[in-house]
Amino acid sequence: MGVEQKLGNLGFVTHKLEDVVNWSRTRAMWPMLFGLACCAIEMMAAEASDYDMSRFGMELMRASPRQSDLMIVAGRVSRKMAPVLRRLYDQMPEPKWVIAMGDCASCGGVFNNYAVVQGVDEIVPVDVYVAGCPPRPEALIHGVLALHEKVQTETMKDWA
Amino acid sequence: MTMLEKVDVTLDELRHLVSDQALTGDTLLLNMGPQHPSTHGVLRLLLELDGEIIINCIPDVGFLHTGIEKNIEAKTFAQAEVMTDRLDYLNTMGNNLAYCLAVEKLTGLDVPERAQVIRVIFAELQRIASHLIWLATQALDLAAQSVFLFCFREREIILRIMELCSGQRMMTTYFRPGGLWRDVPVEFEEAVRDFIAYFPKRIEQYEGLLTKNPIFLDRVKGIGKMSKEEALAWGASGPTLRGSGVDFDLRKAHPYSGYEQYDFEVPVHEDGDVFARYMCRMQEFRESLKIIEQALDRLPMGPVRSNNRKIVPPPRAELGQSMEAVIHHFKLWTEGYDVPKGSVYQKVESPRGELGLFLESDGGPKPYRAYWRTPSFNHIQLFSWLARGHYVADLVAIIGSVDIVLGDTDR
Amino acid sequence: MDKKLKSIAQKLAKKFDGQLDDSLEQARVIVPSGKIVELCKELRDKHDFESLTGFSVVDYHPQTEPRFHLIYQFRSIAQNIYLEVRMELNGSELLVDSVTGIYPGVNWYEREAWDMFGIQFEGHPDLRRLLMPYDWEGHPLRKDYPLGYEEVQFTFNYDEIAKRKPSPKE
Repeated sequence: MGVEQKLGNLGFVTHKLEDVVNWSRTRAMWPMLFGLACCAIEMMAAEASDYDMSRFGMELMRASPRQSDLMIVAGRVSRKMAPVLRRLYDQMPEPKWVIAMGDCASCGGVFNNYAVVQGVDEIVPVDVYVAGCPPRPEALIHGVLALHEKVQTETMKDWA
Repeated sequence: MTMLEKVDVTLDELRHLVSDQALTGDTLLLNMGPQHPSTHGVLRLLLELDGEIIINCIPDVGFLHTGIEKNIEAKTFAQAEVMTDRLDYLNTMGNNLAYCLAVEKLTGLDVPERAQVIRVIFAELQRIASHLIWLATQALDLAAQSVFLFCFREREIILRIMELCSGQRMMTTYFRPGGLWRDVPVEFEEAVRDFIAYFPKRIEQYEGLLTKNPIFLDRVKGIGKMSKEEALAWGASGPTLRGSGVDFDLRKAHPYSGYEQYDFEVPVHEDGDVFARYMCRMQEFRESLKIIEQALDRLPMGPVRSNNRKIVPPPRAELGQSMEAVIHHFKLWTEGYDVPKGSVYQKVESPRGELGLFLESDGGPKPYRAYWRTPSFNHIQLFSWLARGHYVADLVAIIGSVDIVLGDTDR
Repeated sequence: MDKKLKSIAQKLAKKFDGQLDDSLEQARVIVPSGKIVELCKELRDKHDFESLTGFSVVDYHPQTEPRFHLIYQFRSIAQNIYLEVRMELNGSELLVDSVTGIYPGVNWYEREAWDMFGIQFEGHPDLRRLLMPYDWEGHPLRKDYPLGYEEVQFTFNYDEIAKRKPSPKE
């Protein structure tokens, strides 16, 4: 604060580097199109006009993992799909985050059987879990905002 | 079973499906993988390309296999209905309807008139909602992005009506064996009438944007032609069959839930290409509105669920007063009801085609076998020969026109 | 039930040595294993059943004679009737003739029957696993295959399940 008083209107602003980097990361996070099942329809509804997700910076959904930061796993992951999921996660460049949307991605959901992976956190590390079957678009947006808060608390040690 | 190791299918196992040129490298084998913006779900297509023209197309499904049929065998009849919503997740109420009709046939349960009329109203609203998503994704694939946003706006109105009655937007489980879960609230009729008044202008808006648009017509006319004999031999149904000139709709041919009382037409087109299927579905919007209006005018007063306490649980108000109600409630929640031995094949007209449930019971409280004959499973087989000789961009239009949902296919 | 459907079902039952079951207003013909290709040809050519709309299998596990019932659903649009044919299959011989030559639409249904029940079809152009991963062992929908139920992780058993639950290596 003392620095700013001394410098007056010279146009300098001081701030922590971590805050600036985290702020810029949250304001333009591009999700990857990874809609698998029913939750994908609610994700598409969250992107459409009534519950607009582009207000939060997620204007585009990139199909290519090389150009996205956020993977929203929407829907049930079957045993055949699991290696594909891991491969796509590995292809995303750092920094990357994962939201497990819906009950099936969080814990297996209604389906406790041979064919469904019981929670996608057996395969990729998850940052935010959004509950619901399927979660309302507002719940998904709440999850995204919770992720933004989590990203704001990241420090330089995490980036290394 | 190992999940994290990569599993690759080598060319040896697929050699009989691709032409000889693939092995020498004259043609390119391209994987249109499970994660792709235009495949409407997790469908994997292995394409053999000569330049941009498709020589062979091998669909690979199973990436959404959930084991629903086996899971239904492990639950009682009342619990199993929850799983049925998740099959074809764009036609949730239609799946519930097929299941409830099958159970009612096996147990001989009666359904009151009011419940049947409300079931028809919701089935047609669900058909409109499903066709809106079909239109949104087909137009999005052919690069008409604004239609996507318009369709989702209309769909929100329908989902709000469903939430008004059942509390859930998509997986409602509103139809139960014997009728409905509970009666519709007072605002239901006004909400539906508002929708009927508001929607026809929107259909005109979509038609104005697409039907006479020369860019759209260029991309869909003459693509993916399917003749009448081929469609019948491959077991197609629904708008995919009606777009090839066969006049067959289960609502008219084998009516259920009171459909024979309503006056509507079934659109049929002769060409068999993508445009014919598009026109069939666009006209079905208006026919569904007609049915909803007739049903609303006819809606009688009365109970919405059967009184047979061996199968239908008593209302909560009765539990404080009658001992029998408590006993019925207890038995239904702990053991479930026994369904007599037998099997039934119940078919309904889903927005995609013929949705059939083969339900077999062995006299116990759990289903012995529930086999879902789903339309998308049948229709994905068509891609292997429908796509030959077309460009990759046309393949996207064909996939959209057949209207597949992978939850339906993989179950 | 439709008179035409009943007469066709009765003719079929007599010719192929089967029984007619018409409970719940549906026509169901139960035939012993063997001549399914002839039966399909007769239905398609003489009785005008253009499509085979559904095909699946029911497993009656502890009994072995027959262990499986193969269920074929035939549809005739011209006469507006549906006919169900059940073919019995013993547990010891799991080989059936494929009907893809007559109704090409049954291709994937037979692949699914192989995948889920282990029944082989002779003459099928492409018999591979359809819904399960490529290297899966076992046939899931049989009655002696377990459901694969996993114990749910609550607070009281959190630690012991966390030890054996796989977790990603980042």
